[in-house]
Amino acid sequence: MQDAIQQIHSGVFGLLWPEMLRLPTWLVLTAGFVVGGALVLVWMALMALAWTYGERRIAGFIQVRYGPNRVGPLGLLQPVADGIKCFSKEDTVPTVAYKFMYTLAPLLVFLGAMLPFAALPFSQRLVLADMPLGLYYVLAFEAIEVIGILMAGWAPGSKWSLYGGMRLAAQLLSYEIPMGLCALVIILLSGSLNLGEIVTWQSQNAWGLEHPWVLGWAIFRSPVTFIAFVIFFVAGLAASKRAPFDLPEAESELVAGYHTEYSGLRFSFFFMAEYTAMYVVCALSAVLFLGGWYGPVPMPDVAPDSSLAARWVELVGLQGLQGDLSMMQKIVCAGRTLCEALFQGEGLRILASEAIGLFNLLLKAFGLYFVMIWVRWTLPRVRIDQVMYLCLKVLLPFSLVCLIWALIQVALF
Amino acid sequence: MGCAMSETVSPTPIRQDSLRTEEMLINMGPQHPSTHGVLRLVVRTDGEMVREAWPHLGYLHRCFEKVAESVTYAQVVPYTDRLDYLASMNNAQAFCLGVEKLGRIEVPERASALRVMVAELNRIASHLVAFGSFAMDLGAVTPFLYAFRERELIISILEKISGGRLLYHYPRIGGVARDLTPGLDQEIRDFLKQMRRVWPEYNALLSENQIFVKRTANVGTVTREQAIAWGLTGPCLRGSGVKFDLRKAQPYSGYEKYDFEIPVGEGAKGTVGDCWDRYWVRMVEMMESCRIIEQALDGLPEGPIQSKVAKVLRLPLGEVYVPCENPRGELGFFIVSDGKTQALRIKARGPSFNNLSITHTVCQDVLIADVVAILGSIDIVLGEVDR
Repeated sequence: MQDAIQQIHSGVFGLLWPEMLRLPTWLVLTAGFVVGGALVLVWMALMALAWTYGERRIAGFIQVRYGPNRVGPLGLLQPVADGIKCFSKEDTVPTVAYKFMYTLAPLLVFLGAMLPFAALPFSQRLVLADMPLGLYYVLAFEAIEVIGILMAGWAPGSKWSLYGGMRLAAQLLSYEIPMGLCALVIILLSGSLNLGEIVTWQSQNAWGLEHPWVLGWAIFRSPVTFIAFVIFFVAGLAASKRAPFDLPEAESELVAGYHTEYSGLRFSFFFMAEYTAMYVVCALSAVLFLGGWYGPVPMPDVAPDSSLAARWVELVGLQGLQGDLSMMQKIVCAGRTLCEALFQGEGLRILASEAIGLFNLLLKAFGLYFVMIWVRWTLPRVRIDQVMYLCLKVLLPFSLVCLIWALIQVALF
Repeated sequence: MGCAMSETVSPTPIRQDSLRTEEMLINMGPQHPSTHGVLRLVVRTDGEMVREAWPHLGYLHRCFEKVAESVTYAQVVPYTDRLDYLASMNNAQAFCLGVEKLGRIEVPERASALRVMVAELNRIASHLVAFGSFAMDLGAVTPFLYAFRERELIISILEKISGGRLLYHYPRIGGVARDLTPGLDQEIRDFLKQMRRVWPEYNALLSENQIFVKRTANVGTVTREQAIAWGLTGPCLRGSGVKFDLRKAQPYSGYEKYDFEIPVGEGAKGTVGDCWDRYWVRMVEMMESCRIIEQALDGLPEGPIQSKVAKVLRLPLGEVYVPCENPRGELGFFIVSDGKTQALRIKARGPSFNNLSITHTVCQDVLIADVVAILGSIDIVLGEVDR
């Protein structure tokens, strides 16, 4: 229990409030869950909104057409209109469906997309729970989705859904292996499962430089990491069931695969889960291989243990908040000191550093996201046997070679 | 248990433990994204493998033949437009040629040349749809929109000629409905230029794409013998390596005057007669059609576009069958006349219907995704299958 609090504390909440450790355990945990969950939900909704629009506009650009441009300026409100449509649609349940599983499936899929965010960093300090086993956690919880989709394939009693579910189970479980092996390469080289430490490793000591800038990114460190990145990203494409690996929902073959029988809000759960899973894969690739929040825009140096909140508490203490003040004065004092903590000296540096880190990470993650969209609107879909062939006979051996190479590299140097 | 298994004579070995597998019957269609309309395939599957696929037809049956026997000959022409609605020009031409042969009606040279031109334009449009929808069946959406970009040019040309965008009612008995509008020949030349410019792009995007080749080469192979035995025509027949094209074999509308090649499947990516070959024949045919259009435009004779035809046309006693090379293969109308203003019997021999008949033979022990690819490469139009 104390570990859990420690992890929450060392994440984004600790940034705001180091005194949290002194509060009762249940309060810290509940606050962590509620606030963290809410933040993740907001992020997921934003991602889905922004990227449905983005994907459709990019697809329009690729396909010599406009894409959505009627609802709101530049069609920016199109995803909102889509959302309203999804909310107001009739919720149908097939009469032969297993009601319980049918209801549970989209929630599980959604949960599987949501949980990785607990450990997925947005920047150096912007992470909900800075776990020592962060990478392991993210990969493990991403796989929860499989159970949900298997249920979604089975529960409606539709044969096309069943095919979608089965295809996905086969595909996801196989692609977890090369993905995990490539992550293992990074774990071996960096010597850590903590995503923050993996980025720190990428920011230091490469090619004889103490601050190697982009050369420190894992993909530039050795050929083996570059190959591992390619394999990781391809496997990630398959794991987030994007084209050319979108067999589980292959429109021209399986109608809509596992979500054939889902409508309205339930469908939008699957939809949001897909876009979120894509982001998770992109962000994870960026953190593991592309230096995370480190580079290309350099971040200002900040003492590793400096905290905004500590500074705030210090200021509040200096100016005597505990004194004989009215409530109004206390609030004003707290606000003023908070502003001082945020926008003066070290506080400003931390803020700037986090903002630049966030920008860096999103730049890379969204770059990869764009590649995913680009690939989707360019390539035909592969066949199920080719998916399996690619995974088990191409990616798996290559990732094993990468792993062995990394082992030798670690053992010798 | 392994020994016991091998002694049983069950056609599909069933494991005796709890992990039993069963075959499954699935309806693919009539509401399915890739059956190109309202075709229904009943598919017997074993996991991802398709053991058998039976096509079920008739969801778009509109009694064409019965209707055609109850209206005058001139009134049949717009009905033929609606058979293979992606190649209206070609359909109407086939019917008109039949009526003209039986009624010994002369067609002015200019009308013949115009017919050839619009028919070839429509062939390109039809093949563009085939190209795009085949790509879409295989999961690539973008080629479809590129194909429609070029098809739009053809449609606007045909609209200026005939007034219609999909169903033209342009070839008439004894000629064509209208002459070219001024400036249209330049527009057609511009289109040909554009088509020749983007054709290599199509190939770079799709034909040479590794995933596409892997999906289509060696899939759905129809041998030369099978193709002939099942009465396949058009690109499906030529894809299997049979060099047969009615425009060369029995030239009509003056096709003998034009210089063009007949592409045949050569098994460039796999075996002769696979999906890629059928696809490639269509791709090359588009370029050959461009050549024909260019020649027709260059040598367009002056003169009338319509010969004198009686308002109430009575054909002499007799029967006639004139086959035409449609984008999808041989389309011919067997017309029996008893001297009245309406035909005694009209039978349409359509390419899609006959080409579809091979589905059951080819779709055995293939994957579900292959069924979609095979169907797309056969390129059926349900309007003509069901009539």
